[in-house]
Amino acid sequence: MVQKKDPRGLLTMPHDEKITQEIRRRIAHNKFRDHLFWIIGLFSTLIGFVVLFTLIIDLFTDGFPRLSWSFLTSYPSRFPEKAGVLSAWVGTTLVMMVTAAAAVPLGIAAGVYLEEYSKKNWLTHLIEINMNNLAGVPSIIYGLLALGLFVYFLKLGESILTGGLTLGLLILPMVVISTRESIKAIPNSIREASYALGATKWQTIKGHILPYSISGILTGMIIGLSRAIGETAPIITVGALTFIAFLPSSPVTSSFPFFSFKWLFDPFTVMPIQMFNWVSRPQKEFHLNAAAAGIILLLMTLVMNGFAIYLRYKFRKRIKW
Amino acid sequence: MKERAIEGILLLGALSSIFITLSIVFILFYEAAGFFKDVSIWEFVTGRQWTPLFAQPKFGILPLVCGTLLVTGIAVLVALPVGLIVAVYLSEYAPHKIREVAKPILELLAAVPTVVYGYFALLFLTPILRNFIPELSGFNALSPGIIMGVMIVPYVSSVSEDAMKAVPMHIREGSYATGATKFQTAFRVIIPSAFSGIAAAFIIGISRAIGETMVVAIAAGMMPNLTLNPIEPIQTLTAYIVGVSLGDVPHGTIEYKTIFAAGITLFFMTLFLNILGFWFRRRIREVY
Amino acid sequence: MVGGFGGSMATVVQEKLKAEVRNLSFYYNQVQALKDVNLPIAENRITALIGPSGCGKTTYLRCFNRMHDLYPGNRYEGEIILYPDELNIISPKIDPIEVRMRISMVFQKPNPFPKTLYENVAYGLRVRGENKMSLLDEKVEKALRQAALWDEVNGRIHDLAFNLSGGQQQRLCIARALATDPEILLFDEPTSALDPTATLKIEELIMKLKRDLTIIIVTHNMQQAARVSDYTAFMYLGEIIEFDKTEKMFTRPSKKLTEDYITGRFG
Repeated sequence: MVQKKDPRGLLTMPHDEKITQEIRRRIAHNKFRDHLFWIIGLFSTLIGFVVLFTLIIDLFTDGFPRLSWSFLTSYPSRFPEKAGVLSAWVGTTLVMMVTAAAAVPLGIAAGVYLEEYSKKNWLTHLIEINMNNLAGVPSIIYGLLALGLFVYFLKLGESILTGGLTLGLLILPMVVISTRESIKAIPNSIREASYALGATKWQTIKGHILPYSISGILTGMIIGLSRAIGETAPIITVGALTFIAFLPSSPVTSSFPFFSFKWLFDPFTVMPIQMFNWVSRPQKEFHLNAAAAGIILLLMTLVMNGFAIYLRYKFRKRIKW
Repeated sequence: MKERAIEGILLLGALSSIFITLSIVFILFYEAAGFFKDVSIWEFVTGRQWTPLFAQPKFGILPLVCGTLLVTGIAVLVALPVGLIVAVYLSEYAPHKIREVAKPILELLAAVPTVVYGYFALLFLTPILRNFIPELSGFNALSPGIIMGVMIVPYVSSVSEDAMKAVPMHIREGSYATGATKFQTAFRVIIPSAFSGIAAAFIIGISRAIGETMVVAIAAGMMPNLTLNPIEPIQTLTAYIVGVSLGDVPHGTIEYKTIFAAGITLFFMTLFLNILGFWFRRRIREVY
Repeated sequence: MVGGFGGSMATVVQEKLKAEVRNLSFYYNQVQALKDVNLPIAENRITALIGPSGCGKTTYLRCFNRMHDLYPGNRYEGEIILYPDELNIISPKIDPIEVRMRISMVFQKPNPFPKTLYENVAYGLRVRGENKMSLLDEKVEKALRQAALWDEVNGRIHDLAFNLSGGQQQRLCIARALATDPEILLFDEPTSALDPTATLKIEELIMKLKRDLTIIIVTHNMQQAARVSDYTAFMYLGEIIEFDKTEKMFTRPSKKLTEDYITGRFG
């Protein structure tokens, strides 16, 4: 570039045409890469959508014809046309009840303690490290834990109780985390207002913290359960059966005291195991059954997830901080 | 008084996490010890055949470890790049409408039960892949590997995206003010800034792949096979445990002991990963 | 080229212009933040913008390098003409990236990248496709010298930028902005986050820089504007209230509002 002096003696720098062109060329080159990535990014995001979509279509085309009332009310059988998921979905329901009963109180207790009571000491740190670590442990290891601890050491056997407890431990970190998040969202001013009126810690928790965070806790619980419903590996490990042609004992009996706990100790199966069993057979007809079971399982999961999202939305509208 | 009691109860709840970890460690070590009383660690770690239920049993864990690593490798090859690209796209490029649709779909992807993915891998993907690779065996490592990869993308992308969103705006503006494009800013400034979070995302993805059970149990096969060839059937550590558990496993039998041996191997693999991740994050924190 | 618009501003700048702002209005969605701003920017001079918080001075500055384009809902009206090629840099036909390659900015809070000092300064050059080591070495050293940082960091330019003090980081950001030979350098309250010693160093630096380029500086510190700049514009509620040679503005302001602000009666 040539520097000139104008009549007043001030240095001037005329703008070089060549430099502008070079800049524009470089920009075009950079923007090409930019646009290319835009396409790659969109494409990559679509991969997930495509897989999900294809999966659902595949499942429905194979399994939908098999869905019927008799499918829902029959036991598994050697004959694929006669086989059904009765024992499986009853088992899933009962196991989920135990899972919720185990994970929810424990999870809420842990979450409340960590948010309201704990101080920043080594113990709290240790608890939190453990909680985060457990969230990443493979589910089958929970199965091994349950096998050694619940089935043999505590002699609970290969039962619904064991299955429910196992899954309860599995989803515990989820419940704890969502409890903590909901409690964290409550502004301190509410707590201070409660204490200022003379309330004790527990009264504040019972009267304010828990009620206001209940939606978040519920959401966490539902999401945890929707994950537990699809869990197969730990349940197989604790000895769920893959072929049972009977139901666990009913919780409700016809004579006093009108309910029993025997069902907790009965053998059982669950939906994902039934699907696994059918998919592992060579006959194509069983694969159709597996697809039908898969549809039911998917629906259960989606409905629960959707319900949790709906709850989250609804409660967020009601309580505005 | 009542307050103290309540605090005590809640503390017990919190301590449960420590209790669970200790129980896991204790049970694994206790039962595995039972295994290693009969089998030498040397044979376990270096043996190349895993046939514990044969008349002449062999207890080399390598085929199972190899199977796990092979499938994990394929899954990771899919999930890490795709996950990172999706994260960059969603956090820096995508318009609001696309983000609104993409995020729930990714959550859904992560919510699908793994048996369903296994079904899909075996009955849909394998036949399709057969068209391109005729020698592809019915059970193989490629098909479940790919499906697992897609399954894991949401984990990688959401953690990476959070890490990138945490990079402050004025750093981004500093890059744009120099005349950089989105692509240059994302890859030269934002990703290095978010590195520790992205590394954490990768480690989560790898962990998830190593621990996956049902997809491989259904689609990869139940035969231990010491190979790196993805078109052959293999068995992973996790699938082995499930396979044995499908039958009767009375306490104290050799089958019972082997699943804990496999379990403790799995445990150490994920422990190693966790420590790696922890060490990584410490280092990054010092540097930045 | 000496201001082609009417009003009292026409005669303020008697020298060569680098840029000219004509009837600039700016809207954040429906809110109008700048109202019909006219301003000449003299070449190789320092023009300062002062005014109370929220008067629009930073908004105005960020028009010059199209920073507003990064966020949705922003709209420009009017023109900013760049000389000598008479380009309207806020025209939608002009790529913001092209504008940013000719006009650099130093931000209020020092924002070095998580890279080495060397890579921070070289960043703008790499963005332009410059990868030859010898050329980069030369330009990095030149920029660091111009930013009065070379003597302090020579020998550790491959250390991470985060290890520098606040004042040094800001000078690093200035070096980064200088490395690409910009025509205009924008400063957005560059010393508001720094201590007095660092502030002084940077003010000296800015005054030396005007030899080679044109500078626009936004500052909430009136004394700084008085010390450093040749021309000053006083803004209030999105409008230019007064624009004059700095010396005249601070000793005999023509508008009462200006006088009130300068004497500290408000803002």
